[in-house]
Amino acid sequence: MKSLRYLLLFVSMIITMAVQAQSGPNESLMRSSGRIYVVIAVLVTILAGLILYIIGIDRRLSRLEKENATEKA
Amino acid sequence: MATAKNKKNRYWWKVLCVVLLVYAVVGGLLVKIPDLPALEETSRNLFYHVAMWMAMMTLFTVSVVNSIRYLRTFNLKYDIYAKQYANVGIIFGLLGYGTGAIWMSYTWADPNNPTFDSFESVAREPKLIGAATALLIYAAYLVLRDSITDMDKRARTAAVYNIFAFAMLFPTIWIVPRLLPSLHPGQDGNPAMNFKDVSSDMRKVQLPAYIGWTLLGVWITTLKIRYNLLKEKNMLS
Repeated sequence: MKSLRYLLLFVSMIITMAVQAQSGPNESLMRSSGRIYVVIAVLVTILAGLILYIIGIDRRLSRLEKENATEKA
Repeated sequence: MATAKNKKNRYWWKVLCVVLLVYAVVGGLLVKIPDLPALEETSRNLFYHVAMWMAMMTLFTVSVVNSIRYLRTFNLKYDIYAKQYANVGIIFGLLGYGTGAIWMSYTWADPNNPTFDSFESVAREPKLIGAATALLIYAAYLVLRDSITDMDKRARTAAVYNIFAFAMLFPTIWIVPRLLPSLHPGQDGNPAMNFKDVSSDMRKVQLPAYIGWTLLGVWITTLKIRYNLLKEKNMLS
């Protein structure tokens, strides 16, 4: 669970960095092609959030299953 | 015990799911698409809207297989499998329906009329009526299953009904919409699986996107199954 939170922090840091990186030159990646990359960044963030959430549920469930198995034994 | 542990550690497909979904989103927005009239950039929805239906069809197929497995073995585990696969299948179907409604509003509807004025012609679409019928039949599956309190009776009735519901999918979403005139693509042949119908650039994203979304559906379902098996186990003991 803790490593998951670190992963989330890491992902959000990378995104902030990517956003800040393009504040300098005007013709950066994020501003090209009608700024479609901004949309991609938003979508990837949402996807990352949902996937991290589902991984979290998966892990909690695994732990519960493990506890349940040892209780029975 | 060793086999149980191996089973739990098989997570490679979850990694594959994440990779394919990221590819579907990034590639789906960046890939070069043919400039078609009326569709324009919206043809990228092929990777998302159509993928919902592919995932739904796969989940419903797995559901009916588990219903048949239940009827062969009378193991209640398969009843839970069948129910959860149908459950998540319905969610993907609703998502397919909703995304289709958005897409349709900006491609089929007359741009000179507001969406609601062209509703009359759009609502006659056989594909929409068919898909709605199919989803309602599956909704009835859930209602029927939850309305029976006796566990074995519930499982048996639901399994038989599930086979009927799956059989009804074919006329409602595959056959009848093709016999009637429609604005929806795919009057002849199979629009979702006909790879010759799609430009070669789009093809590179199409199948990975379908597989990625389907795997996400399967992943959610396995979580729901594991949760329900755990709940059921605690209730029985």
